[in-house]
Order: sequence, then structure tokens, then C-alpha cells
Amino acid sequence: MPAAPLAKHVPPERWIKVCPEGLFVEPGGFYVDPLRPVERAVITHGHSDHARPGHGHVLATPGTLAIMRQRLGEGAGGTMQPLDYGETLRIGEVTVRLVPAGHVLGSAQVVLEHAGSRVVVSGDYKRRFDRTCAPFEPVPCDVFITEATFGLPVFRHPPDLGEVNKLLHSMAVFPERSHVVGVYALGKCQRVITLLRAAGYDRPIYLHGALEPICTLYERFGVELGALRPATVAAKDDLKGALVLAPPAAVADRWARRLADPVVAMASGWMRVRQRARQRGVELPLVISDHADWDELTQTLEDVGAPEVWVTHGREEALVHHATQRGIRARALALVGFEEEDAG
Amino acid sequence: MNRFADLIDALVFMPSRNGKIRLLADFFATTPDPERGWALASLTETLVFHEAKPAAIRQLVAARVDPELFALSYDYVGDLAETVALIWPERPERANSLPPSLSEVVDTLRAAKRSQVMELVEGWLDTLDASGRFALLKLITGSLRVGVSARLAKTALAEWGKVEVGALEECWHGLTPPYVDLFAWLEGRAERPSAGHGAGFRPLMLSHPLEEEDMAGLDPAEYSAEWKWDGIRVQLAAKGGERRIYSRTGDELSAAFPDIADHMSFDAVLDGELLVARDGVVASFNDLQQRLNRKTVTAKMIQEFPAWVRLYDILFDGDEDLRALPFMERRARLERWYEAVRPRRMDLSPLVPFDGWEPLKSLREGARENGIEGLMLKRRDSAYTAGRPKGPWFKWKRGALTLDTVLMYAQRGHGKRSSYYSDFTFGVWRGDELVPVGKAYFGFTDAELVELDRWVRNRTVRKYGPVREVEPGLVLEVAFDSVHPSNRHKSGLAMRFPRVHRIRWDKPAGEADRLETLQRMVVG
Repeated sequence: MPAAPLAKHVPPERWIKVCPEGLFVEPGGFYVDPLRPVERAVITHGHSDHARPGHGHVLATPGTLAIMRQRLGEGAGGTMQPLDYGETLRIGEVTVRLVPAGHVLGSAQVVLEHAGSRVVVSGDYKRRFDRTCAPFEPVPCDVFITEATFGLPVFRHPPDLGEVNKLLHSMAVFPERSHVVGVYALGKCQRVITLLRAAGYDRPIYLHGALEPICTLYERFGVELGALRPATVAAKDDLKGALVLAPPAAVADRWARRLADPVVAMASGWMRVRQRARQRGVELPLVISDHADWDELTQTLEDVGAPEVWVTHGREEALVHHATQRGIRARALALVGFEEEDAG
Repeated sequence: MNRFADLIDALVFMPSRNGKIRLLADFFATTPDPERGWALASLTETLVFHEAKPAAIRQLVAARVDPELFALSYDYVGDLAETVALIWPERPERANSLPPSLSEVVDTLRAAKRSQVMELVEGWLDTLDASGRFALLKLITGSLRVGVSARLAKTALAEWGKVEVGALEECWHGLTPPYVDLFAWLEGRAERPSAGHGAGFRPLMLSHPLEEEDMAGLDPAEYSAEWKWDGIRVQLAAKGGERRIYSRTGDELSAAFPDIADHMSFDAVLDGELLVARDGVVASFNDLQQRLNRKTVTAKMIQEFPAWVRLYDILFDGDEDLRALPFMERRARLERWYEAVRPRRMDLSPLVPFDGWEPLKSLREGARENGIEGLMLKRRDSAYTAGRPKGPWFKWKRGALTLDTVLMYAQRGHGKRSSYYSDFTFGVWRGDELVPVGKAYFGFTDAELVELDRWVRNRTVRKYGPVREVEPGLVLEVAFDSVHPSNRHKSGLAMRFPRVHRIRWDKPAGEADRLETLQRMVVG
């Protein structure tokens, strides 16, 4: 008589599928960062392309849930279930754990275990130090599903402090001009503020109205940001020589006319490439990113030691090439999806 | 190299001219000799060493970086120097490999043999950061392209040193990098360096536009008239075998116009207009433009677009300085000089006889052929004075052409105008479709710009990146100097110097002009 069968090993491409709604974890019946409203969603972090409205049930870290509630209000989801970093939860036949991704407040990697395999969905992540969120934890796994926003070797983010000093130097050369820095409302804004504070800048920082709510939320979560003032109601003279943060779309548009002859800066990993910065009319590009650069992406592949890597959004081609050279089975995720469909 | 690299970076991104001047002044004030002098030399393109070819740089990087990763990156970035600067593998920092200074790089390159250049470059790339690598690669491929002309660099120097830019230009061509004596003068530590005039530049005398109300106060008998030719003002300076062609602002054009320089076998300094002319017939400015903004020129270009200089004035005959003489005496000297020397590819700009302003006015209106921009009026007793004194010389441009066009696209401006849609592409009707015929950036007041910006935002039908397409509903009356055939535009025509003359809020777009009307305005 044969022994009772052990848990049968099922390769991950058989239970994680790319559907029009997004990445579907079949034995758990849930999607990770779905693109369309679904019954059950696990959300890696609060950026709007990952945390979309209208899901029936949402699982995420307390930080991400707070961000979703603030940005989406009633639309944030039917039920909102918090899961702290490091805790595990059984959903259907899948064990789920959330691990810090170092991207923004509350951001998590999703660790999935099923049928003898461990799969990690990185979400968006970075490896460098950031006072505003918990640092990325590499988790050894069988399949690592990685982002590749900056998946070209030309993208190497220089040290943050040097970039912040560029901004402070410009403020010294042009003391009568206001400096307006384009930042994403969630994450980049608060990171830039903490970097400035760490570099010793202790004057009030003026904020575009769209940035205030998330800053207040970060402070509630214990991130100290120092003196902040609304830019919208400030007198034009107060803004001379001041530092103003605003969403990228506002810095070169009508909103910026209230400022005194502004120096337009932008804090983004894209600023590494001069032509991109010039196209956006940026006078002072600051290479400050919340995504992993090329070196961090390749280092992370080493750290998690996965024999197989799926590359999602970004410049997949170069990272797939690099991983293949290193003897890692690597595919762009869209291809995985097509193969699944072909196989029926 | 780091200070220089930071300067290059800042200049690349600075949209405004005044901002660039500030950055340059800050750099000159805070950077020691000879570093700042070499930077100045590279900005004004007066450095001479063995340059590196792009193919050699690609070879260097191929030895360090996976070729497929390089190809993907180059596709994305688009610029070779920038791709290499960004992708070059960083070395773990070592205490004994300090990045080189610009002076060290320049000194070494100047002394190096051609065969040694790439090895040197490779060593420097290993010690520099990304900005430093970018600056180095731009430097050794021979063009910085950071939007700083030699003229702008000199203006910044003059403003920082609180001297007249003319005084600086006058001694400039006697100076050599790294310009230690120049900086000593600008910092008030020494006298102005001697001009050392061989074939140095002498600042030009410029004119004021003639306003209708000026005319009443002017006595026609005191003025001499001649055509204002539609080329670019140049100064030809030749002495002891040295031959130089300078632009109005003292930038050197000699290397790009060997067909003129070849015939400067004389000792004199002359003022004239650089043109393209075939068998003495002046071609359109469009033809001249094919020869401008080039460092060198091919035999084919010279044959297709032969250069010509039409002489206006003589400043020096041999060592004799004629600038203090009255204009009519200089003119006589110029004619005598020309008779004696007969330089090829040059002729005299003829004087235009006239009796009274009215007859001269009709002469000016009648002149529509190629190459004539209007008339110059020069006081017969005027000395040749540097700069733009008011009174002795007037330019009297012929009346502009105008056309009613329809606004088609708008793009945001730069610097102070970056939040305004201020660059306008306009078109005229061909059948029942609009074809673009030109672009204008000015000619409106600040208040009108606010109105135009609002109109564009409310009437946008499509967005292409920074460009908005608007519904055809606003008529712009555009003024321009002339119109020429051009294969660069869909309409087959290009306007010279277009500007918004009036905004016709009142006029329906359907009543704007047709392409045939513009075609009839073409001359030559």
C-alpha cells in the first residue's frame, strides 16, 4: 500500500495567472493589485495604479489601508482587513504574509506559499534608506516577481544627500527666487521633506494643497516633517526664496504663477536622463526615486536567490537579459500570461 | 573636473539667458586659475587637442558593458556621451584615485599623441562620477552644446568684471587660454591685456531703426544712403598673413568660409555683409542659412552656396586707423582700396543717390528683389564708433508683409513663460484644410499673452505632449519680412522673421488668407 501522498508540488505558473483584471492567485481566489474592481484584492501599497477603488474585500497593511481610505473614501473597498508586517494569514489554500518593501509608508511585498513553492510579489520597492517607511526585507523564494521601472543600467540613483545639497546650493545662488520641487503626493513628498530636515534645512516648507492630507497622515504614523505651511494662501512675498513642494503637473502650470520667478525642480528617478528632464522644462533635476535603480534590482535578484524571476512593469527586456546571463530563468510577466492561455 | 561638470549640468538645464550669465559669473568668481580659464576656453571653443571619435568611445564602452544592455540603453537615452556617462560601471572608491581637474585633463590632452587619447580617457572615466564623465565626453568630442555662445560667455565675464563687453572683445583675440591675464584684469589686479592686434576684432558700429517721427528732424543733405543687404554683418580682418572673419559679435567664422578667407590676401580691416551670391546675383537668406552654424564646410556646399562679401566700410588700411575719419572720406578710401586690390568674391555696396526723403521712400518701397532688407542712412560726417550711438546711422527696413492666418497649435514657452502657451503655429487655407506656414513667439503684449493662453486652454481639441492643437477659430495677423520656397515645411514656404502683428479676435477663421496669396508674395 502506497504511503499517503505528500502535498503535491505544483509549479507557480500553474496557480498564479495573468488575467485582464491583473495578477490572480487561483487557490486563494484573490488578485494582487488588480486593475479592475474584483471581489478579493491584496494591495501592495497606496499609489493609485496599484490601489484602485471598488473592490469587495481589501487586504493590506494598516498604513496602506489608511492611505486608501483617505484617497478613495467610500470607494476604498467593501471590507478593509489589516495585516501587519510579518503576520501570516491563510486565504483558501494559500498562506499570505506581508513584508516591508521600502517604497512608501505601508508598502509591502506579498509572500505567497502554496503547494510547496514560495512566490514573492515585490510590488514597487527600493533598497536605500528612507526615514518614512520600513526597509525592504529580502525573502528567499522560488519565484520572485519584480518591478522594473528603472530596469536599464543607465539608471543609477546617486546618493540622496548629494541631490538635496544640489537643491540647497541652488537656493544659495538664487536667494530671491522661490524653488518649487515637483514631487508625487504620496511618498516622494514626505521623503524629500525628511531628507531636507536631515540636511539641516529647518525653515518652513510650503505645500501645494494636494500634498497636505498625506503629510498629515504620515505625521499620524510617527514621521516627523517639521514646520509645513500651505503655499496656496501664502503672500507672494513670503514665497520669495522659499521652498515649495507641489505635484509634478502643477509646477510648470498656472498654479506656479503665484511664485516669485520660480526655479523649477523635479524629484524623480527619470531626472537621471537629461533629455527627459529638459522635455519637462525642469531647471534643477533631482535624482531622488522611490524605486530600485539598476544596481538595486540586480542586487535584489542575488539576495532573494530565486531560480526563477518574472518581470512586471517597466523596462523588462534588459532585466530579463541580465537575469538570463546569470543563469536565472527569467520572463516578462505578460509572456507568462500568454503561455498560460495557449496551454489552455 | 567636478566644478566644471556641475557648471555644464546647470547650464544644460538653465532656460534663461540671464540665468546662464549668473551661473557663469558665479563659476568665474569662485573657481581658481587656471581651471576657470580652461573652462572658458572650452565654452568658447578655443581649445585645441586631438579629439576623440564617437566610434572610439563606443569601443571603450563595449569592453566594459554587455553589448545588448548598452544597445537597449542607447536606444532609450539617445545621446552617446550621455549613455556612456550613465552606464559606465562605477568603481569602488579608492583613496589614490582622485578625479582629475579640468586643467589636468586639458594639459595632458594637449601634450598627448593621438594614439594615447583613448587610453587616457578610459582612465579618467574610471575616476569621475556620471556628471564628470558626461562633461569629459562632451569636451573630448569637441562640442559642449550647452547653449552658451562665445558671445554669452564674454557677456558674463564683462558683467562679472564690470567692464564694457566691447573693451573685452577688443582684446579677446590677442589672448590665449587659460586667460590668466584676462582674469587678473577683470578682478582689478592688472591693466587690460594688450589687444596684440594682428587680425584682431574691432567692435562694430551699429544702427538704430528709423522711426517716422525721426525723419522730420533729419536733413537729407547730411545723409548718404545705401541698400541694407539681407545677409549677416561681418568684419574681415587680415594682417601679416593672418586672416579672420568675425560675426557682428566677434565670433569667428573663418573656418566655415574658406571661399572668402582664401581671397583675403591684403592688410586691412573691412566691414561688409556676408551673402550667398551666384554670378554677382544675391541669393535668398535661406541659401545663406545653409552655410551658417557650421564649424567647417564641404567643397560641395561651397559650390552650391558660394559665399560673397559686399563691402560697406574700411576701418584699417594697413596700419592706418581710419575709424576717426568722416564716413564719406572712409568711403573714398574704400573705393580706392578696392580699385587697387580687387579681391575676388567681394564687391562694393553701391551708394544710392537721392534727393529728399519722399523719393527715397518710394525707392525703398519699390525694392522687393532678393537680398535687400531696406535702406541704411549714414551721416556723411560720422566717425566709425563702436556700439550703437543714436543719430549717425539708421536702418530703414522696408515695410513688412502681412497675412491673416489661423492659429493651429500652441506650445508652452520657457523660463518665465513656461506656464503660458506662448509659441504659436499658424496656417492658411488650402482648399478647405489648413496648412501650417510658420511659427511666432512674440509680437504680443503680456496682457494679450494672458488672453491667448486662456483662449488656447479653452479651445484645445488634442494634446501632443507639450503641444496643444486648437480648434480653427482665431485669426492672427502675422507680419514677416519675406517668404521663400522651403522643403522643410508642408506648405513648401518659409517666412523670414514672422511675428504676431495683430490678434484679430473679430475676424472669422474662414476669412483668413489662402495659401495662393502667400505663394504670390515669394520673390526670386
